[in-house]
Amino acid sequence: MIEFLNRLFGRQSSGATAKERLRLVLMSDHLSLAPDMIESMKADLVDVISRYVEVDRDRIDVHFEHQDKALAMLANIPITGVNRNGQTRHGEPVEPSPPTPRRKRKKRKTAAQNGAAPQTGSPAAAT
Amino acid sequence: MHQLQSEVQASAQSAALGRAIVITSGKGGVGKTTTTANLGTALARRGAKVALVDADVGLRNLDIVMGLESRVKHHVLDVLEEKVAADEALVRDKHTATLYLLAAAQTREKEDVDTEKMRALVESLRERFDFVLIDCPAGIEKGFRNAVVGAREAIVVCTPEVSAVRDVDRVVGLLGNDFAPQLIINRVRPQLVKKGKMLSVDDVNAILRLPLLGVIADEPEVIVSTNKGEPLALRNDGPTAAAYHAIAARVAGEDVPAPTVEYKESFMTKLGALFGGKR
Repeated sequence: MIEFLNRLFGRQSSGATAKERLRLVLMSDHLSLAPDMIESMKADLVDVISRYVEVDRDRIDVHFEHQDKALAMLANIPITGVNRNGQTRHGEPVEPSPPTPRRKRKKRKTAAQNGAAPQTGSPAAAT
Repeated sequence: MHQLQSEVQASAQSAALGRAIVITSGKGGVGKTTTTANLGTALARRGAKVALVDADVGLRNLDIVMGLESRVKHHVLDVLEEKVAADEALVRDKHTATLYLLAAAQTREKEDVDTEKMRALVESLRERFDFVLIDCPAGIEKGFRNAVVGAREAIVVCTPEVSAVRDVDRVVGLLGNDFAPQLIINRVRPQLVKKGKMLSVDDVNAILRLPLLGVIADEPEVIVSTNKGEPLALRNDGPTAAAYHAIAARVAGEDVPAPTVEYKESFMTKLGALFGGKR
């Protein structure tokens, strides 16, 4: 009954808060314990973005942050060159590529495997 | 899963070597020592020969919980450093004839323990006991490695708290695939779970996904038993004692249901719920 009223007024019990915090903290724990996975994801990410723009591979920063009720991946990828014709500076044509947003979301699902609820957080932001 | 476990147990028995089980958790204060004392007592009362090894060198407590502190003359480091034979250091329990304790050294440090010698000690105890239960210290450093090195199985103790679940998750990761860890969820308060103020058994195990040995409620009688140095499993009555006996039966390979805790609603709590309360 109390649970029902709480739900009705959108209040969350402390048990539910604990569950949510646990899910997030374990996601970031598992990510930080899998540096190899992060490195290979970084490499994939750069490969995809490099199809469109030239990036400075040495200054790429990818990290994870708790944001409200989600874990977000933040990628800072300095761009060094863009060609107006949609070609890289080396003149290679841009290939039609698999849709990148889907790919990123896939990674996030892997990270969310340990949580029961599906992820609803903000998508990975390239700043 | 259960069938597999009993096969593993059967093979251990046929090899005439006892089972070495580490009781661990990562986090301190979740009830590892109490669990070790009660599980050991319950297994011994089933007729098994049980050795309890306190691996918490520097912070020895298992002797207190067992009520054996006045009988401890030698400790595990005396044995590892070959000052005395294991037989001299093993203290026989006051109440249960087949139960023995090897106490930790109180004035030494975990770094003083030679990990390989610890492995050899547990191996030698397995030749003489049906069960060797190793009470692991909190943490994941050398004390943890020393406690785990001789064990073949693990029981992880967790309380329904974010910090405890996180630490168990880490410890299970460190144990890897070799210890077939099983879970005891300790200190559950069913009335709080019911009100949504505590993680439930299902919440905890949705994350840990371990075979559940059983659930122990947070009851005052556990504290009383620790005060007296008489593990609850010495008794045959009461829900907590019954839960420990059921867990011991499961560890021994018997097909009994995992003990759980239930919320019994009293008139006063119903009345209180009507008027609501703090969340």
